[in-house]
Amino acid sequence: MKFAFYPGCVARGAGPELFDSAVAVMEKLGIEWVELTGASCTGAGVLQEKDQKLGDILNIRTLAMAEQLGLPVMTICSTCQGVMAQADRRIRRDADYLEEINGYLAEEGLSYSGNTTVKHLLWVLVEDIGVETLKKTFVKELSGVNLAPFYGCYIVRPSDALGFDENPERQTSLETVIEAVGGNVIDFPGKTACCGFPILLINQRNSLRMVANHTGTASELGADAMVTPCPLCHLNLDGYQPKARRQNKRGKADLPIIHLPQLLGLAMGIDSKTLGLGKHLVNTRDIVRKVDSISVAS
Amino acid sequence: MQAKLKVSRYDPETMGQGQQRWDEFELDVHPNATVLDALIQIREEVDGTLALRCACRASICGSCGMRVNGDAKLVCKSRIADVGEEGATIVVEPMGNQAVIKDLVVTLDTFFDKVRQVDPYLQPDSEPEQGEYVASDESMVNLLTAMNCIMCGACVSDCTVLEVDEAFIGPAALAKAWRFVEDPRDDQRDARLEELNDVEGGIWDCTRCFKCVEVCPKDVAPMDRIMEMRDMAIEAGNTNTSGYRHTESFNKSVKKHGRLDEARLAVESAGYTNVPRLIDLAEIGVKSVLKGKMPPIVPHKADEKEKITRIFEKVESERGS
Ligand code: SF4
Ligand code: SF4
Ligand code: SF4
Ligand code: SF4
Repeated sequence: MKFAFYPGCVARGAGPELFDSAVAVMEKLGIEWVELTGASCTGAGVLQEKDQKLGDILNIRTLAMAEQLGLPVMTICSTCQGVMAQADRRIRRDADYLEEINGYLAEEGLSYSGNTTVKHLLWVLVEDIGVETLKKTFVKELSGVNLAPFYGCYIVRPSDALGFDENPERQTSLETVIEAVGGNVIDFPGKTACCGFPILLINQRNSLRMVANHTGTASELGADAMVTPCPLCHLNLDGYQPKARRQNKRGKADLPIIHLPQLLGLAMGIDSKTLGLGKHLVNTRDIVRKVDSISVAS
Repeated sequence: MQAKLKVSRYDPETMGQGQQRWDEFELDVHPNATVLDALIQIREEVDGTLALRCACRASICGSCGMRVNGDAKLVCKSRIADVGEEGATIVVEPMGNQAVIKDLVVTLDTFFDKVRQVDPYLQPDSEPEQGEYVASDESMVNLLTAMNCIMCGACVSDCTVLEVDEAFIGPAALAKAWRFVEDPRDDQRDARLEELNDVEGGIWDCTRCFKCVEVCPKDVAPMDRIMEMRDMAIEAGNTNTSGYRHTESFNKSVKKHGRLDEARLAVESAGYTNVPRLIDLAEIGVKSVLKGKMPPIVPHKADEKEKITRIFEKVESERGS
């Protein structure tokens, strides 16, 4: 199984622990990859606000690069996943538009014909690898560990860009993975809501209210940690949790936010240093200890 | 066909605002029955006190907005067979972000107060020359998506910003505002945009979460309308917001480096003169550095960076900016 790997700006910037843990986990999963180092940022919806076509050109360019390699794209960011999938949907619905966009790529010798796909690691786990094979890579069963899922907007909406009709299992993929590692799913209504990141720098008060609501509710329901496939959600839910909970009187910042590959890594027995669990702002000590105390299955 | 419904109940005479009780019903329904059909059947055959609002039963009037399994929907448009696995319990609640009057009925005041806030009527400067205003076909076709709104409140119910901030004008009213901003017969376009740009709870407060796009039964896509108005407001010269600085900084970063520079984005969005915000950012930034999260500089291959810049320049020059 080989992918054109698109880690996204956050994994290559403010969240290096996501990149490191993803690479470690892909090795255990037997995923081969080549990084699309020449690809641009997806625009994260912000660029698209100003100029959707420009955003689409950049994302179709990335897809064209993967197509040239004959590989599907793999992302590790809900936002990247959604934004690229939306661009892909638009060109698939409108051949003239694709032609127009290809016009901008011609100078680089690139052209896209729709012969590749873009898939988040989360979907690769449940669709391409499969739960049974996935479980074989685990050396620990995280039983008794309570985990709240948090998807991130762009991997759940707009649903028609995300192939939910053909692949309904995507809609519950995060719960499926939590169950596969042996954890308890802490279900709560905020799991598909917005983390508030897009307005963090615009209306911080509202953004932090969202952070406080989600992390506070999950904590109150007994979660040991929250798991997210989106590094932007992580930036907000982890980095701003202390301030958010203080400001909104939702208790102490006690909920570690774990990147999806970090969760897999813990179950695979990869050490917490490699997984970068010491790089979070909300201390992950308790959850790491809890997992360390589980003995490796022989 | 058997249907199981779990219905939220609220009686203002015996319960405090915010309280609720759950009633479960099992009934035999027609295979094509909608959730609304089942609720009416409950009211007529099982419990006559169940309060719900509906009229046309054909998704035209927008009266029957409710939350079904967590998402706002028109219940007349939602077939039982389509809303969940066969035999699974269907959870029906009143819409969110609007006060409940009784059981499944919410107040209309929240919705219409917000719509009124955007002056939802034409404001031409002059009398028409020939007794009526003439507008081109294209300009009216352009307005169609927003005019399809049936004011059902589904988007308001599930908007993630309204959940934390009552002052947000919200998706339906902002889509309505767009409809007048875009109408060629209206002469208050710039004033409207300035107001929507400056006012508390205006166009910059949306988180782009797609909830309103997802739940709208009429494909109004309020979020897309809001994004268009951000761009229009900027074009009309409203550059005094952190939202504007955020978009600009993001663009500049991707244009120049092919990727996002989070640290610069944070600082530029705050504005170089906003000292309290900068101190606040510095606090988080210092913690990140201590934790080893300092963003490494990952250069794109130089030629790739230039290619990305060239695409930006080409699109921008065509756009005439
Ligand atoms: S997180 Fe982003 S900004 Fe970043 S890569 Fe994903 S879309 Fe681009
Ligand atoms: S929209 Fe209509 S009234 Fe209109 S039902 Fe749905 S039910 Fe009614
Ligand atoms: S996209 Fe904006 S308006 Fe629509 S629901 Fe989300 S926050 Fe509300
Ligand atoms: S925009 Fe859509 S969801 Fe919102 S009130 Fe209008 S029809 Fe209903």
